Amino acid sequence: MNGAEYLLFILMLSIFLGFELINKVPATLHTPLMSGANAVSGITAVGAVALAGTGKGDLAQWLGAGAVALASINVVGGYLVTDRMLGFFKKREN
Amino acid sequence: MDTSLVTGLGYVVASGLFIFGLKMLGSPATARRGNMVSAAGMLVAIVVALLDQGIVDYTYIVGGMVVGGLIGAVVARSVAMTSMPEMVALFNGLGGSASLLVGWAALSPDSATFTLITIVLSILIGGVTLTGSLIAYGKLSEKLGSGQIVFSGQQIVNSLVVLGIVGGAALFVMDPTNTVYLYTVIGLALVFGIMVVIPIGGADMPVVISLLNSYSGLAACAAGFAIDNNVLIVAGSLVGASGIILTQIMCKAMNRSLSNVLFSGFASVSNEVTEIEGEIKPISADDAYYILEAASSVAIVPGYGMAVAQAQHVVKELSNLLEANGAEVVFGIHPVAGRMPGHMNVLLAEADVPYDQLLEMDEVNPRMDSVDVAIVIGANDVVNPAAREVESSPIYGMPVINVADARTVFVLKRSMASGFAGIENPLFYKENTRMLFGDAKESLGKLVSELSS
Repeated sequence: MNGAEYLLFILMLSIFLGFELINKVPATLHTPLMSGANAVSGITAVGAVALAGTGKGDLAQWLGAGAVALASINVVGGYLVTDRMLGFFKKREN
Repeated sequence: MDTSLVTGLGYVVASGLFIFGLKMLGSPATARRGNMVSAAGMLVAIVVALLDQGIVDYTYIVGGMVVGGLIGAVVARSVAMTSMPEMVALFNGLGGSASLLVGWAALSPDSATFTLITIVLSILIGGVTLTGSLIAYGKLSEKLGSGQIVFSGQQIVNSLVVLGIVGGAALFVMDPTNTVYLYTVIGLALVFGIMVVIPIGGADMPVVISLLNSYSGLAACAAGFAIDNNVLIVAGSLVGASGIILTQIMCKAMNRSLSNVLFSGFASVSNEVTEIEGEIKPISADDAYYILEAASSVAIVPGYGMAVAQAQHVVKELSNLLEANGAEVVFGIHPVAGRMPGHMNVLLAEADVPYDQLLEMDEVNPRMDSVDVAIVIGANDVVNPAAREVESSPIYGMPVINVADARTVFVLKRSMASGFAGIENPLFYKENTRMLFGDAKESLGKLVSELSS
């Protein structure tokens, strides 16, 4: 079990890092940035699998399975559509 | 071997890949590989999570992954680029609901107070994101009306909902075994998501989806605290930060504060009518062709109307012909053109317009006075000079693309109806403006056939 202060420490550092990195993303890529963010927010799947795999067959397991399905839509759909979009972006040929 | 060490290291690698992938998104040249790096990070995180020794039954997991993965793949392959705003809105909602469910499932009778608070937060943020995104989806896809929904007593209802949420959350943290409190918080969070988005008009949707994008990340973050998992916190806060930055950019591009966007629906909008001098000067496609043929510098300014008319491919054709004719052609993209950040860029990229031809507002404005012809396609408010000239205008102070500085302006427009925001546009009455009425795709098609003959 990690302490709350350790998790808050991680939270603070990642928010700062996020601001630094995303400020450098050019406006032309803002739509793929958002769909890519959709995919990353599917990270909830990581938490959901542990809850869906307890084998107890109780409410928590069903909730976990629902979360796995929803997060999987985000992960698979988000990365694929972002890749499809980024494939359109080409530099001028000459 | 200690599996918790492997899990921990796996999450470190995954977080590193997310961060590196995001960094590569900083340039269109590396962005596609960056997305793959980020996806590799996700794969590592999920594989590591599946190795968890607490998992005894994989049926539910595999079932959920197969169903979700298939739906995701089908949607990603079939969605039209014009519908990206709806898709992102819907996916924000899915992310929020997954976090809501994880927070809920993480609840156990012996949870510590700090954990209970984070469970409430993930349920609250997740619930608001879910229903708020569904309303945003409905408005964007025009399944619901895109206008503001305002009723008397709205503020009172909202205050009661907030009070109910705070009270319910406090009681739940004190007595987590009483499911009435839990269900109250879930129900009110879902109601609050609806209440927050219904008063926001269609023109403000770019702000709303950016904000909900951020919430879906923050919900994942809260779920990370609830289940004590650091990779959820890292990934969730990256998404949260991304959404907040985009929200700020959108607000700045409309010269409005976030609270003004969120709460202006509650105040009545003043509809002052200002006298505009000058007259409308229509132009035929034939005459427009002669002016374009002589132009050596052309700036094209697209808006959402271009997407509605599905005119992006014929725009690309026109740009090719003008370049073959010796003109320099650039595209000027306003940050809030379209229904989500960067929407125009994706539509034009899909039509094979190279990204170095797409200029941001701050790049295109300084060179506008050397442009021979500016062509406005389906844009209105983002080129409205009232933002600079008319102090009483509701959009006064909003940065716009100064097309009126060009020698000649063509405005392609279906009719004289005012824009999405319902504001008169003095641009149409300027000395150097010519209106090319009709469907944008047809008008452009005529120009293309004249230029290519």
